[in-house]
Amino acid sequence: MSVLAVIDAQTLADAVGLGAVYALMAVGIGLVFGVLRLVNFAYGQLVMAGAYTLAFTSTWPVAGSVAACFAVVIALSLLMERAVFRPLRTSSPAVMLVTTFAVAFLLQSVALIVDVRDDTIGEPASSVAPLGQAITLAGVDVRKVTLVAVGVAIVALGLLALLLGRTTIGLQMRAAAADFRTARLLGVRADRVIAFAVVLSGILAGAVAVILTVQNPLVSPDFALKDTIVVLVGVVVGGIDRLWTATLGGFSIGFATGVINGALPTEQTVFLPSAVFALVILVLILRPAGLFARGRGALVERV
Amino acid sequence: MTEPANAILELDGLEVRHGSVAAVRSLDLHLLEGEIVGLIGPNGAGKSTTLHAIMGVLAPRAGQIRLKGRALRAGRPEDVARAGIALVPEGRRIFGDFSVAENLRLGLSARRDGAGESALDAVYELFPILADSRNRQAGALSGGQQQQLAIGRALVASPDVLLLDEPSLGLAPTIVDVVFTALAAIRKRGVSVLLVEQRAQRTVAFADRTYVLANGELRMILTPPDADDTERMIAAYLS
Repeated sequence: MSVLAVIDAQTLADAVGLGAVYALMAVGIGLVFGVLRLVNFAYGQLVMAGAYTLAFTSTWPVAGSVAACFAVVIALSLLMERAVFRPLRTSSPAVMLVTTFAVAFLLQSVALIVDVRDDTIGEPASSVAPLGQAITLAGVDVRKVTLVAVGVAIVALGLLALLLGRTTIGLQMRAAAADFRTARLLGVRADRVIAFAVVLSGILAGAVAVILTVQNPLVSPDFALKDTIVVLVGVVVGGIDRLWTATLGGFSIGFATGVINGALPTEQTVFLPSAVFALVILVLILRPAGLFARGRGALVERV
Repeated sequence: MTEPANAILELDGLEVRHGSVAAVRSLDLHLLEGEIVGLIGPNGAGKSTTLHAIMGVLAPRAGQIRLKGRALRAGRPEDVARAGIALVPEGRRIFGDFSVAENLRLGLSARRDGAGESALDAVYELFPILADSRNRQAGALSGGQQQQLAIGRALVASPDVLLLDEPSLGLAPTIVDVVFTALAAIRKRGVSVLLVEQRAQRTVAFADRTYVLANGELRMILTPPDADDTERMIAAYLS
């Protein structure tokens, strides 16, 4: 059987769903990168914290559980900005990146300490489980969460486009991302714009936490860790300098992962990361500035 | 040095260092309401450094900067902008990917009166070329148009004091005329202007007073009649 024959509608639906989730994570990472020039490796731990919140509120009604998840993730994002990013704002990118690694592992350790109190690692999150049920659309089994993921991604990206394009704070965020120093000289308040970007990024992390928890209801300290690494790679492959290229990069790597996962025979899925990263190397050799960068112009601009 | 009571901007014994190098030394400078004051001197004299210190981008080692009698704090340029000082930076620093209107709207960020889109009309009146190209990408404008945009964007903030860092740099002579004409119109609106320039003679002739800086120190203060006094102009640069 040829590889292509295995890529059926089912696989494509799942791949689009994964792409949508990764696109949301890419936007969350890209928004903060835009204003802080900081790659937040701890983004996955925000998602993890949201997933644990869902697990610990399993007995709550779905809406309450989801609201708690968003509240925790947004609060943690703001705390991270205040306690870690703000004091390091003028540090070198390397210092900031390494610091976010430290924050990521700190949060993971805290999660482990909280999690093992019942002598097992992993907490089931059942409040949002109904979203995991499948419905049949035109002969294809689509889990409700796939529809939710795609729907949330489209709505969130649409709202974000409106916010960035039509509002004053959106204009200020774009200006801060393009040239922070000049933006401040024009009266754009740095703290406000950064806090706004961090909150938006936190909202997206909350949404991702809900979707990933439905797909994988056993929450453990390394929840979303692998996804974050893949998304970060996708963001770089797409082009981190621009929000939309970063988003497309996130979607693409999610979609590619989904398709390759579907195409590989079950016993070969251990080779999934190798296949995905081989693709990444190929892309970076062919288009070092990013898959969706605007030709050579993008390189010249950065100098 | 005692300052006139109606000074809007005062620099008092300003000292700014770049590492161990003194870029500006004990500089006293004041700007009266509605006045145009020039700041000239050779490269490295400390002109841009002075503007950056006023905006709070650079922290002074000593001395004070006061706007309407109140000391400005270094480190937060957005607060200085919102207090009423607008800078037209060297190299214009417009947002090339944004439309002309969006660039101007960014100038509203410094306003605290919640003024909206209508605040842009005064700028369109002053620079009609911007009104015609308001929906164009700013990066597609010519250098002269971009300079008008940079000045317009600063004016949208409705500042008390306008700082300009070499606005005529790299512009064709006819565009330089446009810029200087606009500055005269801006003064008529009651805005005080501090103009850093390389075009010494033109600046001295145009400004009410012109400070000459060299090696970070005030060398002399010139007035318009000095513009035609070639010996004094040369002395200003060579002394």
